Amino acid sequence: MLIRRALQFVAVAILVVIGYFFVQLIAASLPVFAKMSVVGFVFENNWDVAHAVFGALPLVVGTVITSAIALVIGVPVAVAAALFITELAPVRMRGVLALLLDLLAAIPSVIYGLWGVFILIPTLKPAEEWVAATFHYVPFIGGTVIGPNYFVAGLILAIMIVPIVSAISREVLATVPLAEKEAALALGATRWEMIQLAVLPHARPGIVSASMLGLGRAIGETIAVTLVIGNAAVIGGSLFSQGYTLAAVIANEFGEAGVGTIHASALIAAGLILFVMTLVINGVARAVVLQRTQKHSGSIADRVVA
Amino acid sequence: MSVLGVVSARRRWTSRILHGVLMTGLIVALTPLVLVLAYVLARGLPALNLEFFTTDPTGAFFGDQGGIRSAIVGTLEIVGLAMLVSVPIGIALAVYLNEIGRQSRMAVAVRYCIDVMTGVPSIVFGLFIYTVFVVGGMAAGFAAWKGAVALSLLMLPIVTRAGEVSLAMVPDTLREAALALGAPRWKVIGYVVLPSALPGMMTGGLLAIARAAGETAPLLFTVLGAQVTTFALDQQMNALPLQIFNDVRQPSSALVTRAWGGALTLILLILLVTIIARLSARRIRL
Repeated sequence: MLIRRALQFVAVAILVVIGYFFVQLIAASLPVFAKMSVVGFVFENNWDVAHAVFGALPLVVGTVITSAIALVIGVPVAVAAALFITELAPVRMRGVLALLLDLLAAIPSVIYGLWGVFILIPTLKPAEEWVAATFHYVPFIGGTVIGPNYFVAGLILAIMIVPIVSAISREVLATVPLAEKEAALALGATRWEMIQLAVLPHARPGIVSASMLGLGRAIGETIAVTLVIGNAAVIGGSLFSQGYTLAAVIANEFGEAGVGTIHASALIAAGLILFVMTLVINGVARAVVLQRTQKHSGSIADRVVA
Repeated sequence: MSVLGVVSARRRWTSRILHGVLMTGLIVALTPLVLVLAYVLARGLPALNLEFFTTDPTGAFFGDQGGIRSAIVGTLEIVGLAMLVSVPIGIALAVYLNEIGRQSRMAVAVRYCIDVMTGVPSIVFGLFIYTVFVVGGMAAGFAAWKGAVALSLLMLPIVTRAGEVSLAMVPDTLREAALALGAPRWKVIGYVVLPSALPGMMTGGLLAIARAAGETAPLLFTVLGAQVTTFALDQQMNALPLQIFNDVRQPSSALVTRAWGGALTLILLILLVTIIARLSARRIRL
């Protein structure tokens, strides 16, 4: 009984602590919201520390662009890798391949950043310049190529979300009923047709929510992005211009912002936006999963009744 | 071709091509792992020697840059303290969720909260601690224990999740058998359920440690960094990710070399912990 109470107390305490932190973040953000208004802070395109103007739009846009690049590159690769491991790879290899993929997640963010600065940026630059010159008529491509830019940051983020997206996809793919796969094969489907007919329809909602969780990761990623985004608080005109993200601005400018200044308040408010964005994304991902599991349990019940 | 294998050439080739596409996906996904590890090894290995591990950074931008002793010791201290906080609380929460709360409204709320914490960016945890403890009323200033609290918030959901999963894997018959023998609830949990779930919990703890050891952002706002090796948890402290982050941004190639050396040290440390965790998890599943 005593232990039961103690455990309940721990659980309540955790809820209270989380709530308290959230309230503190809001309280610390209030000065900048009072000066800029919430809408002004989020949507004004002018982040000028020297004149104490804090419109976070360039940071929000940078966060969205880099995360979008990460999803476009990372999700197909991660899902393909997950499909290959669960459906096509020799059974003995599966464990090893999954372990290797998981090891990608064990490499710290700061090391991806270090690698990005010294290897990826110089290696990619000629290729980026070629693309910018050749396809300059495509929107958002062209102009001067700057070493640290949106694309490099997005690419590093793509690498960083691959392990989480493919790990969750693998779990979802493992729940596809064997009977359905065997049924497809028995009807004469090829391996790919089996994947198309039996595996993908069943796993699609799970893969969507895996991508959402990857998106949440990409949005909040800080150190690697700080090192390769260029840290310029403007909205760059092309994929290859430098930018800034919410997380990067916090990491970079925190040292300069004096305690209790409006600058510090603006950075905390940037963190608050980040927090709310990840909450919304996680909420959506969870809703998708919930919908899927309900549908799934429904179908099992149907089978039992039948 | 046998009668059973009658598949039109077009369908067969589509399947083979897409087979190849999926394999390419896996290769593309694994390429960065090989590239990053190879570069870190190539650039970091020359930096490593006994002096590198046994001296502190001097703080000089050029020339004599010193080693990373304070960073290694700091990382071990901060992560160790974070572990002391998050592992007991995480396991307590897991026991509450799986053994006592189950589907009660309270347990659902806690579970939701833990899930949300998994998705919160680490930098936000750093800001939490900054607003509450660093500029806040009590004991203002940067300190190692504050970094440990930030990291333990990051570790807590991992430990709790792994704990809950491994508790759920303990068969109910075991609990029923113990209860039928007349053992009180707490004894059943303490002497029967927890020991059988322990290996899975350890795996979760190790993965959480691996995750926390590489984090930079939360430490920036909480422990800030230092040059000297210190054991004072209420002072600023150095840590490997902080040292690497600071060295990368310096113009001196000697400091960049130290960054690669530090990166190699950190990667070896984390990969070791991760591989132990994964392998022990695999052994348990068998």
